[in-house]
Amino acid sequence: MKHLIISVALAFSAHTLADTIIVQSTTSTQNSGLYDYLLPLLEKDTGIMGTGIKVNVVAVGTGQAIKNARRCDGDVLLVHAKSAEEKFVADGYGDYRRDLMYNDFVIIGPKADPANLAGARDVIDALQRIKQAGAKFASRGDDSGTHKKERSLWQAAAIDPGAGSGQWYLETGSGMGATLNTGVSLGAYVLTDRATWIAFANKQDADILFEGNPALFNQYGVIPVSAEKCPNVNREAAETFAQWLLSDAGQAAIRAYQVDGKQLFFPNAD
Amino acid sequence: MPNALLPICISDLGLIKGDRPVLQGVNLRINEPGITVVMGPNGAGKTMFLRCLHGLITPDQGLITLGSLTVAGSRDEQAMVFQQPVLLRRTVLQNLAFAAPWIAKTDPRRLIQALESVNLDDRADQPARMLSGGEQQRLALARALLSEPALLLLDEATASLDPASVLLIESLVKVQSARGAKVILVSHDQSQARRLADEIVFISNGRVAEQSPADQFFTAPQTPMAKAYLAGEILF
Amino acid sequence: MDALSEAFRLIITLDADLFEILWLSIRVSLSALAISAVIGLPLGTWLAIAKFPGRKFFILLLNALMGMPPVVVGLIVYLLLSRSGPLGWLGLLYTPSAMIIAQVVLITPIIAALSNQVIEHLHQEYSDTFYSMGITGSRALMAYLVDARYALTTCILAGFGRAIAEVGAVIIVGGNIDHLTRVMTTAIALETSKGNLTLALGLGVVLLTLSLLVNALVIGVREYAAKRQYA
Repeated sequence: MKHLIISVALAFSAHTLADTIIVQSTTSTQNSGLYDYLLPLLEKDTGIMGTGIKVNVVAVGTGQAIKNARRCDGDVLLVHAKSAEEKFVADGYGDYRRDLMYNDFVIIGPKADPANLAGARDVIDALQRIKQAGAKFASRGDDSGTHKKERSLWQAAAIDPGAGSGQWYLETGSGMGATLNTGVSLGAYVLTDRATWIAFANKQDADILFEGNPALFNQYGVIPVSAEKCPNVNREAAETFAQWLLSDAGQAAIRAYQVDGKQLFFPNAD
Repeated sequence: MPNALLPICISDLGLIKGDRPVLQGVNLRINEPGITVVMGPNGAGKTMFLRCLHGLITPDQGLITLGSLTVAGSRDEQAMVFQQPVLLRRTVLQNLAFAAPWIAKTDPRRLIQALESVNLDDRADQPARMLSGGEQQRLALARALLSEPALLLLDEATASLDPASVLLIESLVKVQSARGAKVILVSHDQSQARRLADEIVFISNGRVAEQSPADQFFTAPQTPMAKAYLAGEILF
Repeated sequence: MDALSEAFRLIITLDADLFEILWLSIRVSLSALAISAVIGLPLGTWLAIAKFPGRKFFILLLNALMGMPPVVVGLIVYLLLSRSGPLGWLGLLYTPSAMIIAQVVLITPIIAALSNQVIEHLHQEYSDTFYSMGITGSRALMAYLVDARYALTTCILAGFGRAIAEVGAVIIVGGNIDHLTRVMTTAIALETSKGNLTLALGLGVVLLTLSLLVNALVIGVREYAAKRQYA
């Protein structure tokens, strides 16, 4: 029996052993279609350089992605929670962290805008209006990058949304898309990254109601996983992948990606 | 050739089901070959007696020996036909082949002959469970006989079958007896017992009430119970 | 209605991605099914006919495992196959093999527990006759498997249904990687999270159609069996 399992396993895994890397990624980059656009370009470019690599993307929340990478189940980390990323590198799991690109968070909600976010001075004011109006707010609740950002904003607004959990504050414990589906259906406000929202196809009656505040800046970073902590990683291919993203060609490709005529990510490799 | 399973000696056999004794102090010695018919009212313990003999039930007390063998030791020499034939979900021929794979391998013609002996040779490739009740029981008998048992047990094997099947089964049972096999048959059917029996064992209330040669049993039963049973006064 | 026409469109345009995903779903679930049947059917049968202390507990355990949430199975298999887990050296995480393993863990108890019930039923009918004929051990086990073959197709079908339809386990151990480990259910989950509800539902309709086909096949087999009194 053991032999059968192993031979079946080998039959399936044989073609994945070569120059393959696993990217532990946040969901927004996948759900917005960025990888579908970038990866063929990457494979073409790096293929020309003679080191063609196959990139396998596992898209989970940022928190989950970092945990998976800590278990060595990824060669590259591409997420958006700077302080958690820096801790990952400081703990020795990543060799370095580089800024890759940014976009911003927005708050979406029903067009009727019951909490009148349109009149909000800043994001702190916006959150306070939601609380005061007794409007619903759908949260990721999954320790993702977006969730971490959202919690820091509530904290800045001196509101403990956990007290209203299950009443007006709805923690879905799910990905961005699932949370948007929930929020849109319930007429709730949701904090989301702009890219996911633009590419999201089930907008119904919802729209962006608050945007353009410096506090909503959303930085993405890329980290090759350390070969010292994780001897099994394909460090070389991971480096090729990361360096291509950070190169002029990669940055230009990120800049060129559009959905509905809108640019989703803004390259800012340092 | 003498039958190696004779004499069959049963001493002080006891069996309790739930808290009710179904067999108690059964003592019996069967010396002669031929056909022994076990009779008695419903619930007297006839079937349990047969099952103990076959090893399907381990009695709570007592001892059974067959020739020099125990029940377990004589299992290969025994065969049993049940009231409800249980056939495999396969064809008629496959049912025989399953029971005797060594014959199917070395001498498959014998399987066909076995089917001929029970008039089922033209049904060889049909699903066994599509046969009529009588045909199924004939197949079960043919299957039991493949191993040429020294002891053949039949438990109400012809109850509620068509007359042709009953006669065919009876004739095969007689052939077995003539071949030297010991046959023990549980039956409710007095006319069948008269046709077949060399000896009658009459069981009542979990005990052997009477063991007599068949002629004597039917003409001059020794016990009031047997008398009443033969007169049709005891049904249950 | 939109979903139906979407499903129809995907099928008649022979959408390459759809067929790749569908084929992987079938390949993974059939592989898992084959392995689970080889383990589960004899195990369930053996538990029905063997006599040993603790047998009842074992059956109870199987029945309990039958209700194990796929996410939990996925998590356990993930921890085993993770590069830092005990089987990490096999390099199987995020491959179809990992998905097969997770589904084997998920459906083997189902197949074993259901076949156990089927064979226990048959055993009540056959046990006296088999005892009388001296059929024991592996011969009895094989005979039960052969004779219950049509009833066992239902057990296997239940396993297949569970395998092809579950998402919790395969998304954890497979990672829903495009062109590698994306199957019907994880694709549906992804399209739902992208808000493409019509496409997601269309994929669901395709999966439902597959399930209907498989069920129709099994019903056909059972009708054939019933006609021959083999059921």
